[in-house]
Amino acid sequence: MIPTTQEGATTGSALVDPAKQSMLLAALYIAQEQQGYLTPDAIARVARRLSLPPGEVYSVASFYTLFRTEPVGRYIIQVCEGLTCYLNDGAEKVVDYVSAKLSIHPGETTPDGRFSLEKVQCLASCGTAPAMRINDQLYENLTPAGIDAILERLMGEA
Amino acid sequence: MSAWQPVLLANVNRPNAEKIATYLDHGGYQALRKALSLSPDAIIAEVKASGLRGRGGAGFPTGVKWSFMPKDAPIKYLAVNTDEGEPGTFKDRLIVERDPHSILEGLIIAAYAMGVHRAFVYIRGEFFLGVKRWIKAIADAYQYGYLGKDILGSGFDLDVSLHRGAGAYICGEETALMESLEGHRGEPRTKPPFPTEHGLWGRPTIVQNVETLANVPHIILRGASWYAAIGTAQSKGPKVFCVSGHVNRPGNYELPLGTSLREIIYEQAGGVRYGRAIKAIIPGGATTPMLTPDQLDVAMAFETLAAAGSALGTGAVIVMDETTDMVEVTRRITSFYVHESCGHCTPCRIGGMRLVETLDRLAAGQGRHDDLAKLASLAQGISSSTFCPLGTGMCDPVVSAMKLFHGEFTQHVQS
Repeated sequence: MIPTTQEGATTGSALVDPAKQSMLLAALYIAQEQQGYLTPDAIARVARRLSLPPGEVYSVASFYTLFRTEPVGRYIIQVCEGLTCYLNDGAEKVVDYVSAKLSIHPGETTPDGRFSLEKVQCLASCGTAPAMRINDQLYENLTPAGIDAILERLMGEA
Repeated sequence: MSAWQPVLLANVNRPNAEKIATYLDHGGYQALRKALSLSPDAIIAEVKASGLRGRGGAGFPTGVKWSFMPKDAPIKYLAVNTDEGEPGTFKDRLIVERDPHSILEGLIIAAYAMGVHRAFVYIRGEFFLGVKRWIKAIADAYQYGYLGKDILGSGFDLDVSLHRGAGAYICGEETALMESLEGHRGEPRTKPPFPTEHGLWGRPTIVQNVETLANVPHIILRGASWYAAIGTAQSKGPKVFCVSGHVNRPGNYELPLGTSLREIIYEQAGGVRYGRAIKAIIPGGATTPMLTPDQLDVAMAFETLAAAGSALGTGAVIVMDETTDMVEVTRRITSFYVHESCGHCTPCRIGGMRLVETLDRLAAGQGRHDDLAKLASLAQGISSSTFCPLGTGMCDPVVSAMKLFHGEFTQHVQS
């Protein structure tokens, strides 16, 4: 009998084990924790463990913005550029402030690999705008002094 | 009207609100005990009689939806949609982080009413605290016997697990949510077949919003007639309104459906910052057509907002004062939907990019003479031809803003 992996590889996802496939997002989170992003090796390992074609794993990973296939900084600063953050003097103003402080543009990482800066869509913090997220922590009601304090603390930890 | 005593948000400000002990101290899981003593049909009848309509945006009658679930299907599923992330909406995050058991109790009652033994919580990947609160709530509910085998000695079994999304707004669309739960790219499915016939893994499935489920325990405990006495003719019960933008006290305010927009903005949210005048209000989340200050007395209910040319949506009220640049607002809203397009269908993927390019140009004051006509034509073309409602969502704000603030758009065209 042909193993599921090869069947899946030749016929698309129809013969893939649905129970294993449903674990894919969780598996990608675990794999991503190890290097901070999904290396080709990590994608291959997830594919093997879940008996999925590597192309399918890559396709799913590339769909979701929280999965990364390129190296990123230890702290990923995600600034909300949504409507309410804009109305509350956030969005680009926060991006520009952080950008100047760390000397990086959105999409870039500091040379020491500590910080990456990104613009992201709504963080569901419109009642406490402006907002940004650093790794798994949400920061709300941002002010320049507040951003200074957050970044200085992380610089001390990094 | 301001004397309304919160029902849905009664717990959120208590110390340790998220803990099961706090929930139990304030009457938690009493509704489940009562529900398990009733027949499933009686519960569906009660929810129908209450008039509860879905709080995720579409406003479909919840009891009617439950009655669509095939009774004889051996395997069927229920999913909770915690994928909130539309600009202006932040109510579900509050309930999940501060009162997860109220949602879980509603979920268990819904599962019992529909004969479902397997349920899934889908939560957006960014809600890290929400993920932790859901996991803890589910674990505690198992420990206390509210989940698992033979719940409270009723013979009813239910298992619940949590699935974390990974950053894709489209997964809030119920068929895309199911794709994501199955471990696929979150691209919406063709309807029909509808999820109640062919949902998760091809089995009948119902997806419910967080706030909708949080209403259910109260309906069971206090009765449909209590619930149906709150609100308007076609919009029953309390609603959490998320108020943001240029107001003095942004936040979540629970009020009966039918409360006026004026009361929500001026009495609850403290009025407009710096005492300025209002230019525009988005009443129900970023896709809903804008209202102008002359419409402030509209009752916030499904039927009255529809009559006013807009929609209740998720009840997310975004207030913009007289200094707001409406072209920039439109550009920003549309950019959100275009960014979140899954790329599956061409009108949304390509048409959306053309919309944003044109709005970028206008917002920068470099609009071309035919840009307004182009926006109108793109919006019409995209709205009528996309695979799922996201395409219409990216166009509605453009159409609405161009109609109400045509002069501002014209000023952004280079002479």
